Amino acid sequence: MNTREYIESGVLELYIFGKLSESENEEVQVYANEYPEIKQEIESIEKAIINLSYSVAPNLSLDNFNTIRKALLERESGVVTLKPKSNWPAYMGWAASFLLLLGAGFLYFQMNQNDTLLKDSREKNQDLQKSVVTLEEQNKNNETLLNLFKDENNKVVALAGQTVAPEAKAKIYWNQNDHSVYVDAAGLPEPPKGYVYQVWSLKMDPLTPTSIGLLEKTEIGKSRIFKVDNTMDAEGFGITLEPAGGSAAPTLEQLYTLGKV
Amino acid sequence: MTQEELLAQIYKKDNKAFTLLYDMYAKNLYGIIYNLLKDREEAEDVLQETFVKIWKNLDTYNESKGRFFTWLLNIARNSAIDRLRSKNFNNNQKNLSSDNFVHILDDTTRTMNKIDTIGIQEFVKKLKPKCIQLIDLLFFKGYTQQEVSETLEIPLGTVKTQNRNCINELRNLLRV
Repeated sequence: MNTREYIESGVLELYIFGKLSESENEEVQVYANEYPEIKQEIESIEKAIINLSYSVAPNLSLDNFNTIRKALLERESGVVTLKPKSNWPAYMGWAASFLLLLGAGFLYFQMNQNDTLLKDSREKNQDLQKSVVTLEEQNKNNETLLNLFKDENNKVVALAGQTVAPEAKAKIYWNQNDHSVYVDAAGLPEPPKGYVYQVWSLKMDPLTPTSIGLLEKTEIGKSRIFKVDNTMDAEGFGITLEPAGGSAAPTLEQLYTLGKV
Repeated sequence: MTQEELLAQIYKKDNKAFTLLYDMYAKNLYGIIYNLLKDREEAEDVLQETFVKIWKNLDTYNESKGRFFTWLLNIARNSAIDRLRSKNFNNNQKNLSSDNFVHILDDTTRTMNKIDTIGIQEFVKKLKPKCIQLIDLLFFKGYTQQEVSETLEIPLGTVKTQNRNCINELRNLLRV
């Protein structure tokens, strides 16, 4: 451990200022016990701060010492003399039990309230945890997407709109190393109910389509980018609209987009 | 007296223990409280409250709470901040002319009689204005590093080291 560096970091000043957490305090403690120069430094900083705080105080009033001494020591001694003023202990008994009842009621009420508070903060805590998890997931998705866009091994194939949907378009990211395929479907219209888009890898001569998956469950976050099955040797890609569950062979009248590698 | 020897005395919680505690720290804690409240009467009241809390919780102090002085200082600072936040106090607040500990020095020098204190004050006034602000916020006002960085518009990562440089400057002036 480089004690010089540790001292220069300024953490010991924060330690004296009372700005560290318990675990950070403990860490400083451990180092102080191990390294005399750290202990020495702590004591010097403390000395400076004690001088500083002392110097900015106005004079305390003369009776301050006594006021505080009384507040502490006479409270501590706890000697309280009780003189019975009434000879009706029975009334006292009744009064006491009434107060007890009242007190119990109040405590019960408080307990309930505390319960509610506790429950509220638990719920809040849970919500926060949930949003942390959500953010982490989003972050992971974004990283996946970023890698997708950055990776130079990805061949990008643009799929152009066909007769049924001239405006439609899509993009294929095909990794030449691990052969994974991602489909950017942001340019496809929302599929009608009961239908789903199916992605095909194509061999051109003779034209042989092989299904590499449906665009439904493998979306990355809400990016409209889907992961589909790997393919080794596609020469083109096509996307058709098929009845839910997909088809064994593409319905060519419903060919939405098509592109060559 | 080392911290351990001091604590052994104070833990006895008798008249002597109180006198020792008061003599060693009352004025420091008062300085911190006064710097936040700027009202002598209120500050003495909070000082009493602080001592009551210290006395009551003496047994809970341990090393994981930092130096004994730091533990005391945290109680004092928190009590003063609590008082500052209470509505009651805000309504009563009148003269808030002095906004950091160096202004207080000017206010209080007239009533000071201890020569060594005045000596320290002269040193303190020699600190760079930037250091005065930094120490005032971080130490006296109990700001977090984040809050200091926003208030003084300095990068968060440099608060710690800038503060160290300022305390070094103070130590050079005080020769400690």
